[in-house]
Amino acid sequence: MDIRAQVSMVFHLDKCIGCHTCSIACKNVWTDRKGAEYMWWNNVETKPGTGYPTAWEDQERYGGGWTQNGDVVQLRVNGRFRGLANIFHNPKLPVIDDYYEPWTYRYQDLFDAPASDDQPTARAVSLITGEPMNIEAGPNWDDDLGGSPVYAANDPNRAAMTPQEREMMFEVERLTFFYLPRICNHCLNPACVAACPSSALYKRGEDGIVVLNQERCRGWRLCVSACPYKKTYFNWATGKSEKCILCYPRVETGQAPACFHSCVGRIRYLGILLYDADKILPTATMPDAELVEAQRAMILDPHDPEVIREAEKNGIHPSVIESAQKSPVYKFVKEWKLALPLHIEYRTLPMLFYVPPLLPVLAKKADTYDTATEDLWAPIEEARLPIEYMASLFAAGNVGKVRHAMKKELAVRYFRRHVTVGDVPAARVDAMLAEVGSSREEAEAIYRLTSLPLFDERFVIPPSHREEAVEALESPFEFRGATGFGFREKPTRGL
Amino acid sequence: MIENIVFGAFPYVVVVLFLFVTIQRYRARGFTVTSLSSQFLESRALYWGSLPFHIGIILLFFGHFIGFLIPREVMAWNASPLRLVVLEVTALAAGLLALVGLVLLILRRLTHARLRAVTSNADTLLYAVLLAQIATGLYVALVHRWGSSWYTAVAVPYLKSLFVLEPNVKLLADLPLMVKVHIAGAWVLFAIFPFTRLMHILVAPVPYLWRQTQVVIWNRDRRKLRRVAANEKT
Repeated sequence: MDIRAQVSMVFHLDKCIGCHTCSIACKNVWTDRKGAEYMWWNNVETKPGTGYPTAWEDQERYGGGWTQNGDVVQLRVNGRFRGLANIFHNPKLPVIDDYYEPWTYRYQDLFDAPASDDQPTARAVSLITGEPMNIEAGPNWDDDLGGSPVYAANDPNRAAMTPQEREMMFEVERLTFFYLPRICNHCLNPACVAACPSSALYKRGEDGIVVLNQERCRGWRLCVSACPYKKTYFNWATGKSEKCILCYPRVETGQAPACFHSCVGRIRYLGILLYDADKILPTATMPDAELVEAQRAMILDPHDPEVIREAEKNGIHPSVIESAQKSPVYKFVKEWKLALPLHIEYRTLPMLFYVPPLLPVLAKKADTYDTATEDLWAPIEEARLPIEYMASLFAAGNVGKVRHAMKKELAVRYFRRHVTVGDVPAARVDAMLAEVGSSREEAEAIYRLTSLPLFDERFVIPPSHREEAVEALESPFEFRGATGFGFREKPTRGL
Repeated sequence: MIENIVFGAFPYVVVVLFLFVTIQRYRARGFTVTSLSSQFLESRALYWGSLPFHIGIILLFFGHFIGFLIPREVMAWNASPLRLVVLEVTALAAGLLALVGLVLLILRRLTHARLRAVTSNADTLLYAVLLAQIATGLYVALVHRWGSSWYTAVAVPYLKSLFVLEPNVKLLADLPLMVKVHIAGAWVLFAIFPFTRLMHILVAPVPYLWRQTQVVIWNRDRRKLRRVAANEKT
């Protein structure tokens, strides 16, 4: 056993209202710079939809992630030799138009325009060329199903649905959608790290955050195509790649990352997970349908004395183990089995988990839609967004995993209805809970952590113990007040 | 006189400049050392330019380098006319590949507005020098045939005389003008090397072929910590 700690995340999609506050918080802190204008380390997509960059889930086009080959996994396109062969021209690299061309407006024209019968306008100008441009795409062009016949219709996950179900999604009265906020998954088997020819990308040993050393990056661009989630970005101005750093300067000082801290719907949870690093390869080579369960099995019980002993032997500080015991992520992922990884069939073993949304509560019926007045909520089997679609996103097609999570969420709702309103018979609630192997105590705990969690319950941030890393070796006075980030030289473009 | 300066003194200036600036840039301004790829802004035309250019130029570089390293063996290879022709045709093809690729790359820079935003003066200078160098090289290959043989007999002794710090410029005296221009161009290319994106050649990611798949870096230097602990005990 090689126990390591990983800062992990849960996004509760049932609570996401799609307000993009997370994206703006991230943008303001990290990517409001030349060359990074188009980057959204955190973005919120509408599903069904093609997302950002357009159709990022289409790995035939972008070639991201790993493929299983016997008892090993291989990068889909950028292996060692093929990666270097593609260095002069990477055939799978998304280009700026797959994201969007960033722009601003000539606001000064509003002030300088001569008096006229017409209102002055601020022309849109490209932030790359500085020339006037027509805006044809944006970071969230298909928000709330905008342009569905083009965008939602090309969602790769629709392949999991029947033709009839696909048709229904375009009937105006039955349209349905939910939001999918995405950041870097800080994977256990990161494809970006494996693809980087310069070894600029690495996983931090202590907390598992995947970062990119821009001083080592030489702009070979293989990480951009290797990441199946398209969460490494190429800065066209500096000629270097960049990615989400999980706000590690904040995490190291006990603060939640900017996107987590600012989340209006309070959908985000952050905590430490202990896992067995020896199991990474065996897990990544499992058949699709077993991936979710195998990844859960890697995650170890931080209360188990054996695990604690092994963890301490591996240099994990007792305070970090204690933090793991309080981790909300452990509860959602392992104890309650409510949170599922996004597209685990890419085999990067992402450590950001999603609680699938129960919404919308209206059911689909043969030729009408049910307002669900007879019962409180429609059964999961009749969900407007078919469960196969959810399974394509969150369980590599394993419908059972999603059904279990959604049934449990529904059972918790009925349980709370029983407690607060009392119009649901106790026997029915207990039967629903029993069906998903749950209990009233667990349902109450799920309810509390879902609806009423305090700030410190949502974000259980492990101490970084930088003093251990620094004090024994260097004079601590040199590091006083330092937060461990910043450039030693200005990140300017080379000649 | 002019030849003494260009072929005798200038190379030493170039070498000092090359070593000093390259090392200094890597150490003090390492962030600027990158390939400066523009594929993100324009991908399709890059394919037709970048691929032939790089394949051609790498073949040419190693052709010149191998001729310098093992001139006798190259001469022996060229002893058979058939082998000589094979070598010459390969070299010519590499030169044409590089030329076509470079011309396409230059046209690409000129025609795409987005690329102008990422084209520096150093890039323009580099394109000009490279174009001149490849053009003179091709001219020499076509007009003054069998360069793979006379290069080893004329240019290699000159280069070696530079290496042993006894520059023998006379070796070049009788060479045709274009050959001289080509040699001078090579020194110019080395001179501008550390001031341009050519720096990316020095960080070519060859170790990727044998490094471990995943990279994990620990904040705590465990070995150093153990050593410190051991010292404290004694």
